[in-house]
Amino acid sequence: MVEDIRFTKEHEWIILKEGGELAVIGISDFAQRQLGDIVSIELPKVGSRFRQMQAIAIIDSVKASSDIYCALTGEVMEINEELLEHPEWINQSPYELGWIVKVKPSDIEEFNNLMTKEQYDKFIGEIEKEKDDDEKIESRR
Amino acid sequence: MLNFHGWEMPIQYSGIIDEHINTRTNVSLFDVSHMGRFEVKGLDAYDCLQMLITNDLSKLIDNQALYSPMCDDNGGIIDDLIIYMIKREKFIVVVNASNREKDLEWIVKHSKSATVENISDKIALLALQGPLAQNLLQKAVVDTNLDRLKPFDLVITNIFGNDCMISRTGYTGEDGFELFFDSSKIDIWNKLIQIGSRFNIKPAGLGARDTLRLEAGLMLYGNDINENTTPLEVPLKWTIKFEKKEFIGKKALATQQVNRKLVGFEILEKRIPRHGNEVLIDGQEMGFVTSGSFSPTLKKSIGFCFVPIYVLPNQLIKISIGGKSYSAKVSSSTRFYKRK
Repeated sequence: MVEDIRFTKEHEWIILKEGGELAVIGISDFAQRQLGDIVSIELPKVGSRFRQMQAIAIIDSVKASSDIYCALTGEVMEINEELLEHPEWINQSPYELGWIVKVKPSDIEEFNNLMTKEQYDKFIGEIEKEKDDDEKIESRR
Repeated sequence: MLNFHGWEMPIQYSGIIDEHINTRTNVSLFDVSHMGRFEVKGLDAYDCLQMLITNDLSKLIDNQALYSPMCDDNGGIIDDLIIYMIKREKFIVVVNASNREKDLEWIVKHSKSATVENISDKIALLALQGPLAQNLLQKAVVDTNLDRLKPFDLVITNIFGNDCMISRTGYTGEDGFELFFDSSKIDIWNKLIQIGSRFNIKPAGLGARDTLRLEAGLMLYGNDINENTTPLEVPLKWTIKFEKKEFIGKKALATQQVNRKLVGFEILEKRIPRHGNEVLIDGQEMGFVTSGSFSPTLKKSIGFCFVPIYVLPNQLIKISIGGKSYSAKVSSSTRFYKRK
């Protein structure tokens, strides 16, 4: 990944295109692995406006339903309608075929405050470690 | 790994959908050792169990098994069980993991002179399920012709040279077997996976077990049935044998005014229903979803829900998911999948 990719604590990724005029949003590889087989998605309407971290889409996996949050305040310019037929692309290609929406951001500062790749990897590392610790506690029972 | 009532259980290995489809087309191996297992022995064992269940043990001969709810005095379902009758004086009872302590207490309380032993930790339980299960298992079991083992029959035999009880039972809607053996012999798992490779065997977890049983219309304790549910309200009416002289809950069930029923439904839009979602009829909350998932076989959103008794098959209802309501159609039964 050469582009400047950022992440939210809710596991969305964001890449800026067209000199910051367009933000592509999807969910991270970690998120798709946690969700397991994704079987449907509800997408927003093009032209609708969202505040930062408002729910913008809903993903159903066999295991659970999850809200996807709009990582940046802005207007929806494009949605990945192919996901309606191929929700599994989010599992198979979370950073490419599985992109979810493109948003025109209204405040670029919001992007700069998101986690970098390095920070996000560390963040996931902490989550994995907590899970391991939990499992150790469970297995002592 | 999921902590399931104190057991470390994999929800999935290769993925729920993959494991599900492999069970429907080839064969899968499930470790279901989390289930509770009791041995009930003695001259009173038969009478004790016959009193505890709504179904009728007198229909069994030695080496057969029976599915039944076990109800309280109000007809509420304490648990649903499979009772394996080795002989009239010796039974193995398999119960839900979440109900182990409660069931043991209840059975002991009604055991008269029968002895009840919790053998859950001593005995491992694997389920080998799928259309290729018999062909595969026959390679591991040389002393028994599995053709002769009909659904709900059991046999005490050996597998890879180890003592083993095998029953033709399962929780997937497929042909299949459950294997009971000493928990120190867990290498049987690896051997089955090894010789199963030419049958495309895959290990499967709790996630696929849930989607498989949902398609097959099988109840899950805690989701679809509990102590506030009677067998008359769910598709378990067939398990109540009123002709039996006596059993716990008989009086309450015989006089119950049933005003709700558990039905299957299919969501006509692309959302997955979940346990607890409300059922709306003409805008009014009239019931709730007990189980719901994506059906990998039908590629549809399916589930079970409680609705008033007057609701008919093919009637349109709404399911409320995350504050929005989605159209759904009531099915003619809870069984979405029936093997050929």
